[in-house]
Amino acid sequence: MKKFNILLLLIILLSLFSIGTVAAQGGTEEISDDEVNAIASQLFCPVCENTPLDVCETQACKQWRELIRLQLSEGATEAEVKQYFVDNYGARVLSEPPREGFSLLVYFVPPVIILLGIFILFRAFKQWQKNDEDEADASTTEASPVSASETSDPEDDYLARFEEELRKKD
Amino acid sequence: MLPSLGYGILVITLLVLIYSVAVAIYGEVKKSAAMVESARRAMLLALPLITVASAILIYLLINDRYDVEYVWSVTNRSMPMYLKITAWWGGQPGSLLFWSWLLSSFTSAVTLRKWDRDRELLPWVLVVTGITLAFFISLNVFFENPFKLVPAGVSIPLDGRGLNPLLRHPGMIIHPPAQYLGFVAFTIPFAFAIAALITGRTDDRWIRITRRWTLWAWLFLSLGLVLGMRWAYDVLGWGGYWGWDPVEIAALMPWLTGTAFLHSVMIQEKRGMLKHWNMILIILTFDLVIFGTFLTRSGVLSSVHAFAQSEIGPLFFVFIVFIFVASFALLIHRWVDLKSETEMKSMLSREALFLLNNLLFLSILVVSFWGVMFPLISELFTGSKVTVGPPFYERATGPLWGALMLLMGVAPLSAWGHSTIKTLGRSIWKPAVAALIAPIWALIAGITNWVALIGFTLIALVITVSIREFWRGAQARSKRSGESFFSELWKLIKRNRRRYGGYIIHISMVLMGIGIIGIELFQSDTQQHLGIGDQVELAGYTVQYDRLDQFRHEDGRFITRGEMSLSKDGKDLGTLAPRYDLYPDGQPMTIPAVRSTLVDDVYIILVNWEGITAESTPFKVYHNPLVKWVWIGGYVFIAGIIIAAWRDEEEEKI
Repeated sequence: MKKFNILLLLIILLSLFSIGTVAAQGGTEEISDDEVNAIASQLFCPVCENTPLDVCETQACKQWRELIRLQLSEGATEAEVKQYFVDNYGARVLSEPPREGFSLLVYFVPPVIILLGIFILFRAFKQWQKNDEDEADASTTEASPVSASETSDPEDDYLARFEEELRKKD
Repeated sequence: MLPSLGYGILVITLLVLIYSVAVAIYGEVKKSAAMVESARRAMLLALPLITVASAILIYLLINDRYDVEYVWSVTNRSMPMYLKITAWWGGQPGSLLFWSWLLSSFTSAVTLRKWDRDRELLPWVLVVTGITLAFFISLNVFFENPFKLVPAGVSIPLDGRGLNPLLRHPGMIIHPPAQYLGFVAFTIPFAFAIAALITGRTDDRWIRITRRWTLWAWLFLSLGLVLGMRWAYDVLGWGGYWGWDPVEIAALMPWLTGTAFLHSVMIQEKRGMLKHWNMILIILTFDLVIFGTFLTRSGVLSSVHAFAQSEIGPLFFVFIVFIFVASFALLIHRWVDLKSETEMKSMLSREALFLLNNLLFLSILVVSFWGVMFPLISELFTGSKVTVGPPFYERATGPLWGALMLLMGVAPLSAWGHSTIKTLGRSIWKPAVAALIAPIWALIAGITNWVALIGFTLIALVITVSIREFWRGAQARSKRSGESFFSELWKLIKRNRRRYGGYIIHISMVLMGIGIIGIELFQSDTQQHLGIGDQVELAGYTVQYDRLDQFRHEDGRFITRGEMSLSKDGKDLGTLAPRYDLYPDGQPMTIPAVRSTLVDDVYIILVNWEGITAESTPFKVYHNPLVKWVWIGGYVFIAGIIIAAWRDEEEEKI
């Protein structure tokens, strides 16, 4: 009797699922191209090089887009569709490497190098300024045309500099 | 007969180049001027030799000689004459030969210059250019022979495969030569830099000699990029012009270091500083040129495994490493001699801001390089491929581009040698206030995206500051001389071409920025299956599908052509006809129909790959705001750089 109950439960469940499927099939048309492309544009064609899935012209990609449409019509979320593609075709279908494991390197290496560059540049500036002060101590009499202009009108400052630069050109 | 002659000439060219390099070194070591002269004359032979080889190839191409594999692979009988000629660079072996031909033109030009003042640089310039040219010719001779015949026993094909339709667009006909010219021309400043390092000439002579070479190289490199963008927009049919594709990045990378170099050499010329840094930049630029060619030619981009299969890949790799190691070894050897003549005085001086500019360009380079290389590194170490796509690059480089715009607004106002917050602040407040008009106007127009508002402010700042520089300069001169404003403006530009050409280039860059902000932040699109008479609404426009024609063109193409009428607010804006061409060899091409105005583009493609049925045709409509400014910026850019690179009448004869 118990077995029969389980069987009955299974039959009920299965029929419920099939109703769901039929309903979903009826809904396929409601998923617009734009909804499909919204996801496809974030995915890359698993077989061609660097082609986003929404503009890929191959037959295979057309079928993949239909797959997205089908999954959406069955109620899958964007994240689930993307996960499906990752599970089946690997992380290369994503437009960015996943933020885990080895792929973290893609996000960390450039900032580290750029920060290093900023540090080197900043240190060089400090060094130059220090050298400059040392020089200034050694010869304090050197007249600076710029320090004079700091107190004057900015337009004059500009003109003075401008003339100076043109003279240098000669 | 003719193919063998062509190949024979390539072999002779290679031997002549090897002779030139060897004799130049030997002559320099033995201090024999006659030997160096012999090397120089040998180098002059390269251009006529490669020209004859190329002429033979072109002759074979236009005469449908399908017994030659290359001719068969890039042409067919139905192609018009001009396309058969441009098929010269339509495939791997031919484009390598084309590259060598361009390089030999440059080496000839540089070999023929007056060397009186710089005699000691000559042998080393010959050696560097000779090795580079010999490398490319040897690729043709040993691996990618454009004159290779179809194997004996195989019947000669009656017709060729034809040029890839994507390459038949006018943009694609000029894009590769421009790109190559840019790439190749950087060989010359690099050769002079290496010659300066070897001979120990630590002054800025090499920079002065190559100044205009560098500008022309940069012009063609930039032109190549813009033409490539235009081609992508017109032909690739995905609604954009830049997809951060590795091939695009390969061309962008030397542009980044080259642009940094153009700025930082000015510091060396004016202040005698940064000699090491300029060397590093030119070495990097040249190495990235070769690296870019390597990326696009070796197949390494599709997979590290394709690299192993490609015959020229490993050779390229060795050459890149050789350039890198040899150049930097030389630089380290000369490190002490290249001491600065002066010191940086202020963090806000013009030279300090130029260094900041260099830092930003190099940061974009780091992001680009790492993004292109990472999929290969990942495949190598973990076995799994990943994609580094546009979101990565946009997020990482967006703020850096923004900072560059800010610098373009500020740097022209700072003085060489010394600037303080106070002097800088005094000169910037007026243009800054004027620039605020842009975001206010944008807000009134209903734009609330803060990235766009910041972008528009910076763009306005750069334009105001740059135009003001012209105005103030001409005004000051006109006040002093009493002549008219415009004649003084003309004289001013003529007198300092690089400075004012540079400002025009700055303006052109931010004009392009307007288009980039427009399409990046405000593009919208929709894809719909339409029956005749159906309408699509997008961004206030109405597109109505009127008719569909399918017919065979006389050249064999099968054309599917949709006709759509475009209207806005009930006003008719004309007809657009997106097309889908199927070439006889089965190659398809999607040709968008575009209505372009200063405000926005309506860009429609016939999405044939979704399948056309009797009831419905799939169309994709894009709304691309402001994108026309990218091309306007391109034109202004060309004008600016021609002004900057034009020969200065007053300039010392070099």
